[in-house]
This record gives sequence, structure tokens and C-alpha cells, in this order.
Amino acid sequence: MTWELQSDRPIYAQLIEQIELKICIGVFPLGSKLPSVRDLAKEASVNPNTMQKALAKLEEDGLLYTNRTSGRYVTEDIQMVKAVKRKKAQDHIKNFVDKMTELGFDDKEIVRILSSSLQKEDTKNE
Amino acid sequence: MSNILECNDLTKAFSAKKALNNIRFSIPRGKIVGLLGPNGSGKSTFIKLCNELLTPTSGEILISGKNPGIETKKIVSYLPERTYLNDWMKVSQLIRFFQDFYSDFDPEKAYDMLSRLNIDPNDMLKTMSKGTNEKVQLILVMSRNAELYLLDEPIGGVDPAARDYILDTILNNYNENATIIISTHLIADIEKILDYVIFLKDGEVILTKGVDEIREENGKSVDSLFREVFKC
Repeated sequence: MTWELQSDRPIYAQLIEQIELKICIGVFPLGSKLPSVRDLAKEASVNPNTMQKALAKLEEDGLLYTNRTSGRYVTEDIQMVKAVKRKKAQDHIKNFVDKMTELGFDDKEIVRILSSSLQKEDTKNE
Repeated sequence: MSNILECNDLTKAFSAKKALNNIRFSIPRGKIVGLLGPNGSGKSTFIKLCNELLTPTSGEILISGKNPGIETKKIVSYLPERTYLNDWMKVSQLIRFFQDFYSDFDPEKAYDMLSRLNIDPNDMLKTMSKGTNEKVQLILVMSRNAELYLLDEPIGGVDPAARDYILDTILNNYNENATIIISTHLIADIEKILDYVIFLKDGEVILTKGVDEIREENGKSVDSLFREVFKC
């Protein structure tokens, strides 16, 4: 999974989001050891200091923790990861609803369009 | 820890024209700094002053507390804007040449980078394309274990794919206590790896700020901000 950084927002904030995502989808599994700051920075082609800042914030939030001698690990607390997932879902939904409202749909119509397109997806998959 | 570089009221004038006018800033260790400005803003003049290729009209530069000279050259690795290497030399000869000059030069590192870029150490500089030539020079400069790297337009002549590789090379080969100053106007390609930027305009520093601070406060990239500030 690659790192995608947009040019109009702070890099460190985007790194935080992407590491959270990688934890949610299991690229970095619960309880696993994270690559070093340097390696992560290299992978994302960003400044190591910026990566360090992102990791420090994630640590503060509790999603990562540091073992003094052996490096940085992903939390083992599944509830915490679920909470992050829910938060991300809310963000996506809010984004979607905002866009739909901008297009002039009201709440009822949004629900109808969404459920009918989900149903279509279902029949396609069967 | 002391700053790796300090400028105190630095001025450089070429007859009546002031290329740098009373600039004042300091750069800590362990940072990657972008020195950005349009053509003629004083970027190269500044870098040449750091290397004692020019001397200040007034004011001073201190590198690790010393004026530029023999002692600072031991800890500064410099990539000039234009090549100064003999084009009849093979890459392997250049490596020996650098080894003789600089005690902090690591030939193993150089050969490793060459092989990853598929550059034959037995090739002569003059038989190489402009891009390959630039890569060789950057490899030589980054193979030193210096405290300060001064890179004047390191990515100007190479294609975008090689540009990415060069940025990776820069990230890979500097240690956390070293500082890298990169002068360029290809900002979009490089801003991801910078801690902060210094904007130069007509020989004066008009902005010194962190890349993420700029993005946060302006909602735009350093590249967009640059285009706005220096709009022609």
C-alpha cells in the first residue's frame, strides 16, 4: 500500500491519517512492531522529522506505544482501533452527505439513492 | 547544540548591486532546509559565500562557529551548480580523487549507490548523459559523512523518475545530526522532504517557515505560495 500525499494540507496530518488507515486495514496489525522512523520516512518519501512528529502524535493518542528498548508497536487494544475506524467512517459519510447536499439532494433522497445503489452492487455481486 | 550555520548581517555586493542585503538567520543541526527564490535572488551567492568561493562585503557566516575556510570545508559537502570535475576521468578515478581529498568520504557508499543506479564505475564522465553526470556528482557529494551538505540545484537536469531517486538518496544518506541545504526552484518535487524553507527575494530573506506551518496557515503547498509571492 502506497502513501498518497496531497499538496495543500500539512504533511504530518496526512501521515497520521494514513498510518491510522494502515492500522485499521491490517497493513500494520495489532501488536506488531512498526518499521523504524527512517524506513517509514523513506517509504513515504518524506522528511524523517515530519514522520517522527506524526508518530509522536499517534503515540500520544494511544494508537502506538514505545517499548524503550525494542522500538515502536501498534496498540493491542482492538476497541481503540474500532473507534478509529468508526471515526473514519463518520468522516467519509459526512464528506459524502456534504457533497450530495451541495448537489441539491435532501436527506431522504440521499438515503434512497444510496440504498438503491447498494442494492445494485449486491445484485452485481451475486 | 550550536547551530550548524549562522549568518550575521551578511551582505555581498557586486559593485553597486547588492546580491545579498543584510541577511540574518541561523540553521540548526539535523534539518533539511530549502533555499528558495527566483533566478537572481541570491541563492547561489549565498552558497558560494558558505564555501569561501566568494567573501562577504560585510557581516559574516559562521559554520559550526567558524568562518568559511579549510576547517569548514572538512565538514561541508558541496554540490556546485556547475560541474568542476574533469570529464576525462572515470567514475572510479573520481572516487579515488574524492577519497584523497576528504577523510570523511565513504567509497563503499558511493559504489553501492552507483550500482543501484546502474552506473558503470569504468565509464568516463564525458561519455555520460547530462542526467547521469548529475547523478554521479550527487553520489560523490552524498558519499561524504559531512555535517553540512550544500546542494545547489541538485535536481535541475534529471527526469522525474530520477528526481525521486535522488530525493531518496538524499533522505537515505544523511545522518540525523547533519543538515542539508537545498537550493532550487523545483519546489513541488522537493517540499515533502524539507523541514522548512527560506524564501529569498532580491537578496533579502522574506520568509522563514516550516513546510507544514505554511500548509496549515495558507491551505496551500509551498509551491503554490512561492508562485503567489513571486508572481511576475
